[in-house]
Amino acid sequence: MSRRLRLLGGALAVLAALTALLAWLNLRGEPPLEPDPPATSAATSAATAPDAATLQRGAYLARAGNCAACHTAPGGAAYAGGRALATPFGTVYAGNLTPDADTGLGRWSAAEFRRALQHGRGRDGRLLVPAFPYTHFTLVSRADADALWAHLRQLPPVRQATPPHALRWPYGTQPALAVWRALYFRPGRFEPDPRRDAAWNRGAYLVEGLGHCAACHGGRDALGGGGRLGGGGTPLAIDRWVAPPLTDPGAAGARLQDLDDWVRLLQTGQTDRAAVQGPMAEVVAGSTQHLHPADLRAMGVYLRSHLAPPAGPARLPARDADALARGARLYTRHCADCHGAQGQGAAGAYPALAGNPTVTMADPRNLLRAITAGGFAPGTAGNPRPYGMPAFDLPHADLAALATWLRAAWGHDAPPVGEVQVLLAR
Amino acid sequence: MRPPQRPPAPPAARALLAALLLPALASAAPTTLPPAATTAAAPHRVPDTLAQRLQPCMACHGAEGRASRDGYLPRIAGKPAGYLYQQLLNFRDGRRSNATMAGFLAHQTDAYLYEMAQHFAALELPHAPPPPARADAAQLARGERLARQGDPVRRLPACTACHGQTLAGALPTVPGLLGLPRDYLVGQLGAWRTGMRRAIAPDCMADLARRMSPEDASAVAAWLAARPVPAGARPEPALPQPTPLPCGAVQTPAPIPSAAQPARPAPGAGR
Repeated sequence: MSRRLRLLGGALAVLAALTALLAWLNLRGEPPLEPDPPATSAATSAATAPDAATLQRGAYLARAGNCAACHTAPGGAAYAGGRALATPFGTVYAGNLTPDADTGLGRWSAAEFRRALQHGRGRDGRLLVPAFPYTHFTLVSRADADALWAHLRQLPPVRQATPPHALRWPYGTQPALAVWRALYFRPGRFEPDPRRDAAWNRGAYLVEGLGHCAACHGGRDALGGGGRLGGGGTPLAIDRWVAPPLTDPGAAGARLQDLDDWVRLLQTGQTDRAAVQGPMAEVVAGSTQHLHPADLRAMGVYLRSHLAPPAGPARLPARDADALARGARLYTRHCADCHGAQGQGAAGAYPALAGNPTVTMADPRNLLRAITAGGFAPGTAGNPRPYGMPAFDLPHADLAALATWLRAAWGHDAPPVGEVQVLLAR
Repeated sequence: MRPPQRPPAPPAARALLAALLLPALASAAPTTLPPAATTAAAPHRVPDTLAQRLQPCMACHGAEGRASRDGYLPRIAGKPAGYLYQQLLNFRDGRRSNATMAGFLAHQTDAYLYEMAQHFAALELPHAPPPPARADAAQLARGERLARQGDPVRRLPACTACHGQTLAGALPTVPGLLGLPRDYLVGQLGAWRTGMRRAIAPDCMADLARRMSPEDASAVAAWLAARPVPAGARPEPALPQPTPLPCGAVQTPAPIPSAAQPARPAPGAGR
């Protein structure tokens, strides 16, 4: 055999081995698809029809997963899909989950739905894009997956075709998705930790599974991998809001210090210390306000066990005296009427700014966004008529001065904000 | 990324830290910073009124329900509540396109949107005189003819056929056309043509806007914007006659929500 042939043979063998590895990494942990139950007569289908309790649980779980948020177009029929989701790799369109035969899940079997949820494959076996957080939903139990399926089956069918994804090459291709899965996807149902109590385990199941909190609040790497609590990476930014790390006691983690307040925030969208804004408002409106307080508390218990130790004192860059004086004047002029001269907020109307982690967290982007975007906390059953905040379109220098002053006032000692940061955040 | 916040330090450690840091800070920042509240700050209260809750609206729609005499943003004070409510729903649900409006309204309930609409509909504020017309006499004459008589050739009905003889609108869903900036009016006719502004189907204004030439739109907007608003102008209690075109916004106005009703169809209650 010539040297060239041997080289070619070797290369082919390596390629075959890599392909086999990729295939194995993609298929491990995935049970063979269960066959469809035999065609049912009216009598047997009545006997196997889901009971009311299952349907109610399925509806609740759909809330916990906030399925409708992505799978409903603005102003469109619930769960009929079509919402465009911008990703760094292009635009993804969420599918139609209603039981329409041609454009929805009408022809799917329960086993195919479970495989999609837990293993990220479509009905035809093709790999789904990981904007659908099957990387989290893989933890969902079989009983819960079936309850979700029962809930989706009873929705009114809506005939609405989903546009194809508009992803840049090669991100949407099957080989690229296979490589992504091999790198980032670990299938497996949730296993309770016997050393922890029931609340912690319930919280873990909801946070890591259907809640898929870390999909936004866990950082991502350049290929969109990660999405794990405390996993590092770049925090996800949507619509110029940043999802602050939940494990950071100086950022969103600070909300976990008082679990009563945490539950109230997720239930109503606002407490005396915080108002939910940006993409999280959608989560509160569509998901957490509908969840049982015990579940919200359990999520807090679980998340609190992941808090990183507080960071040591940081070396602060010098604050500019002129900026502070200017910031103080701007606060008095624009902010104090609502948030109070001491940043104490107005109970039931405007959150306190003194001691507010959105003001002091290392990354100032949400503070800047809150000032420039304004808006309302989500309207919820617990807070149906929120007080709004105007959008303050301040010049860069004023915005930097105001933010710098807010981060130094009332005992805060967060780093100043420069005009360049303002420019980048806008 | 670690925040630079310190761990909660005991008072003695905090005092020591302050003593160490103060000289550095003092040299950099002689401004006196408001101190951390050692005792709870005095409670701060705000009025429990819709006017207070809806402060963000006023930034653009003005203390008098309008932004400025000749800006782009429309006056909303005194428009029919049914019309305003439909527009709030349209912004929230993507039938009208404005990022600020969509962001503000994205997660508000139907009931709250209706309250907002009623609040602004009930505002009775004086109108400022219109700005000088930015069109020549021929254009203004063309605009007036379109507004009062329409154009049978293009199958354009008169504006007054629906918006009332005084163009002050008609309850519950037809808005007045006077006291609005010219640029806003041109912008809306353009948005209807391109599908950027939509209403409940059949969308009569979209049909009309597509029958108008750009010159028509410009002329009618210039004439409307230059008209003074008559003192005491109020929307007519009802449409004077059936609409010349099928009009979803008029024929099937959005149902009035009951205050207790949640906004979105609730696919599931608590477990």
